[in-house]
Amino acid sequence: MTEPLLSLEGIDTFYGPVQVHFDLSFTVGRGQIACLLGGNASGKSTTMKIILGLVKPQSGTVRFDGQPITGLPTPQIVRRGVGSVPEARRLFGDMSVRENLLMGAFTRKDQKAIAGDLDRVLDLFPKLAERLGQRAGTLSGGEQQMVAMARALMGRPKLICMDEPTMGLSPLWVDRVLDLIAAINKEGVTVFMVEQNASLALEIAHHAYVLQTGRIVLDGPASQLRADPRIRDAYLGGQEAA
Amino acid sequence: MSSWIDYTVNGIIIGNIYALLAVGLALIFGVSRLINFAHGSVYVVGAYAGFLAVTYLDTPLPVTIAVVVVVGALLGLVIERFGLRPLQGYAHIAPLLATIGISFVLDQLVQLFFKPDPRALPSPLLDIRFKVGSGTIGALDLVIAGIGLASAGLLYYFLRFTRLGWAVRATAQDRDAAQQMGVDVNAVNRAVFAIASGLGAVSGLLVGMYYNYIDPSMSFQATLKGVVAQVVGGVGNVPGAIVGSLLLGLVESYGIALFGTSYRNLFAFVLLVIVLVWRPNGLFASKRQTPPEPMTGTFIAPSKPIQIPGKVLAGAAAVAALVPLVFPHPYVLQTLINSWLYALLGLSLTLIAGTVGLVSLGHAALLAIGGYSSALLAINCGVPVGLAILSAGLIAAFLGTVLVFPSFRLRGHYLSIATLAIGEIVSLVILNWEWLTRGPIGVSGIPSLSLFGIELDTDRSVYWFTLGVLAVLAALQFRLLGSHLGRVLRAVRDDDVAARSYGIRLDRYKALAFAVGSFAAGVSGAITSHIYSYINHETFNAQLSILALTIVILGGMGNVTGAIVGSVLLVGLPEVFRVAAEYRVLIYGLVLLLLVRFRPQGLLGTV
Amino acid sequence: MLEIRGLTRRFGGLTAVDTVDLDVAEHEFVSIIGPNGAGKTTLFNLVTGLDDADAGTVRLEGRDVSGLTPEKLAALGVARTFQHGRVFANLSVLDNILVGAHVRFKSVRPAWSGPLSLLEPFAELALALIRPGKVKAEEAQMREEALAILGRFGGRLLPRRDNPAYSLSYANRRRVEIGRALALGPRLLMLDEPTAGMNQTETAEMQQLIGDLKKTGLTIVLIEHKLDMVMQLSDRVVVMDEGHVIASGKPAEVRNDPKVIEAYLGHHRAERAPVEEAAE
Repeated sequence: MTEPLLSLEGIDTFYGPVQVHFDLSFTVGRGQIACLLGGNASGKSTTMKIILGLVKPQSGTVRFDGQPITGLPTPQIVRRGVGSVPEARRLFGDMSVRENLLMGAFTRKDQKAIAGDLDRVLDLFPKLAERLGQRAGTLSGGEQQMVAMARALMGRPKLICMDEPTMGLSPLWVDRVLDLIAAINKEGVTVFMVEQNASLALEIAHHAYVLQTGRIVLDGPASQLRADPRIRDAYLGGQEAA
Repeated sequence: MSSWIDYTVNGIIIGNIYALLAVGLALIFGVSRLINFAHGSVYVVGAYAGFLAVTYLDTPLPVTIAVVVVVGALLGLVIERFGLRPLQGYAHIAPLLATIGISFVLDQLVQLFFKPDPRALPSPLLDIRFKVGSGTIGALDLVIAGIGLASAGLLYYFLRFTRLGWAVRATAQDRDAAQQMGVDVNAVNRAVFAIASGLGAVSGLLVGMYYNYIDPSMSFQATLKGVVAQVVGGVGNVPGAIVGSLLLGLVESYGIALFGTSYRNLFAFVLLVIVLVWRPNGLFASKRQTPPEPMTGTFIAPSKPIQIPGKVLAGAAAVAALVPLVFPHPYVLQTLINSWLYALLGLSLTLIAGTVGLVSLGHAALLAIGGYSSALLAINCGVPVGLAILSAGLIAAFLGTVLVFPSFRLRGHYLSIATLAIGEIVSLVILNWEWLTRGPIGVSGIPSLSLFGIELDTDRSVYWFTLGVLAVLAALQFRLLGSHLGRVLRAVRDDDVAARSYGIRLDRYKALAFAVGSFAAGVSGAITSHIYSYINHETFNAQLSILALTIVILGGMGNVTGAIVGSVLLVGLPEVFRVAAEYRVLIYGLVLLLLVRFRPQGLLGTV
Repeated sequence: MLEIRGLTRRFGGLTAVDTVDLDVAEHEFVSIIGPNGAGKTTLFNLVTGLDDADAGTVRLEGRDVSGLTPEKLAALGVARTFQHGRVFANLSVLDNILVGAHVRFKSVRPAWSGPLSLLEPFAELALALIRPGKVKAEEAQMREEALAILGRFGGRLLPRRDNPAYSLSYANRRRVEIGRALALGPRLLMLDEPTAGMNQTETAEMQQLIGDLKKTGLTIVLIEHKLDMVMQLSDRVVVMDEGHVIASGKPAEVRNDPKVIEAYLGHHRAERAPVEEAAE
């Protein structure tokens, strides 16, 4: 059994005096789409920040591709092959779509390959080709999500981290985004998603974890969890897991 | 210069030079959300570096420029290293104060090394002038314009087409997202400081050549101009900084044409205050936009104040009262009198900046208002000195509050900059309103202190008078802090949103505190004027404002005892050790820097 | 007690609160629940005056309070706590409570009408410095009441009454916030996620406390995510999603409402209305 691409082991996180994660542990296998679900105040977004190095855990280890990355500065983690699609897109609004995409390849030096990747990414996201010169801040929410995903792909990452990719999008764009996530995964990129919308995430994920007040309360293949009534409890705050 | 074309050209050229400063400030603000008050020092160092190159090495212009750029860039890296990086994560006003401290240190070092007298910085160009319409353009004008354009072009190319330039733009727009793309934001900070400082240094060189004049006190004005241009164009906005600078240059030039040279700075600062109050995001931002990133957060370090029992304080006061009987040396008495006067200023600022959280950087203006009011009342209206001092306090309270009131809605950095500008405006009005204040001549023949007809002409009597006033106002301030009103003021500082939600009207209490504080400062200025018997617009200069802030931070923000202790230490100790005046400012700058970095709660803690 | 009609707030293209109607009767305990981004805190901000609505009205005890400032609403008896807790960090615990009672300090804060009101700050200053008998008596009275409020939190806050608020644990800070709200003597108490970040024991204690407050007959509006607590305490539950009220009723009804479950777990793809072009 090959080693998981990403693993979190025994993570405890604090925001000042408030503990946000309690001995958090989970893994993401290579080539998978794994999702972390949870309601409000579950600690999902902080999990993403821990993986990307924006927040340091008080204890525990984060391992990527076999190497510990806990405590490394974010740019170094990104250089190792972690791509990021941040919550609410976080595009560089005053830069053009093309510049945003190329910023995704910032850590790469192989100019010719980058140009080639840009073409491939535009094949995958055809709607962007006509918007290359436009200022990213003027695009609609759904279009921005496309750019954010494409931007992350430009770094040729092994793992893409997506923080609430369907938040604030209309149903049409939600469909497109989910299809694209599946397509990206088929190209061989491992996907780790944090999502509030459990129904949608479980439709495309292979494996799912459910977080409730900083602890994993459910863990299993997405197909099983779809029908599990315990998800509802986890979200609606029913029996809190011991 | 006589024609409007000349004035326009002059305005554009000056605007060009300001642009080199302002663009640097905009870049720095963009990536680090910091208003770099040490930028003016880079400007001065650049001018002097150019001076050295031209005078001793006889370098041709391009080489001079290159030298100046390198010197500026290196200095920028030093400032980033000591002013910004150690304070990452602190409230945003901490780096502002730290850069002020650094600027003090740098300016004083230049002054110590080169002596304060102005130097000539001749331009190595031929004195050719070209006729344009009814005016002329000189060779230097063209060179400056050329450098301005070239710099703008290079900067544009850098930001649009280079990898580092993109990293700078990305970091300025979204620091976190930039990091997630692999950008090393610390390296970006360093690069930006280097570039900005290089530009700033060249700016200093060009001004020096344009006016054939450099002196170490240029620094403060330069920073303020850069800040004005930036605020007008929108902080962090590079093209806006250029437009703001040109606008500023034109406003100044036309202002001089209409009203005379001494009004130049006045227009700049009035423009700044107008923009801050009316459109804090700059002239080019839409009105409904929310202000850019949190520049909020007052400079308060949570700490438990060291409680000194009332009896100890009373005992200390008694000891202080006995000094003239035990140590009647005039030198000791005069030093202490000075300390008590500074302590009054400290009381004022610790209430306003410490208790209520309005970090005012222009407090010396209140001293000036008090000093002039009292002097003029006594001389022009024959008011007895005791009454004049009291009235001066009230005038300072009224005028100070009215001037600052429109800025109360501003937060953090913006408020401090507004107070700085207002302070400068007061100083300039005093300088220019000759009918009332006698302008640059100053007011002489101010009657010495007297109370109820009794002349206080001995050191002892002056000492007791000043100590007495200090003791009374300190006691009142203690009483205020212990009341419900005191609680309310501190609540305004700690969390104004929560305060509002519990019925506290912010404007009302900020105004009240400012008025009370201004009274003490006005009284201090008034007493000073009667002791000195001569004052002018430079008696209460901007450096005093920063010294006051250092005293207050040293003592502990909001801490009454601390303000007194801080004054005695910062004013008394240098006297005791016979520290020469030039070194004192250096020490003040260092103390401010060290306090901000290592002990923001001061000696006695925040109240 | 509280009557909200058609309240709307837009932020650029996003409608955070969309024509919300809500009623809260005197002595009622109403909870507002809903997924993140549903508009709950925005609604609180609109009602308490920290934000201005684009449309709609708010009536408090029959009188129109739409658009009033937070200061005025506090004077009318609306007290609130904040989502992430906002205490006065450098003030002692006791002082925090006493500031909460600000609107009830009458002797120290004379209220004059017309042009005389400009003199009020001077009067406040004079009273703070001179402290005549009435002022001292009021201060003593307020202190007693504040200590009584602190007493309601068991042994947690009283022994720490002179400690600065920043030195308290997170849970204690949230308690201070509630104490401060009580000091106002509210007609309407609005609590925004009072147990956010608390562990089970702390949550249970807070739930007990809020239950006690309910027993005193206080009108309470609560935003919470811990639905057990919501179900046990509330007379009525209102569910918001994407700015609308999607359900309102007794706790048990709401819990089993499929619309509510869907709002939390997310809408399925299949159930969406077909191809509407994104008009963002």
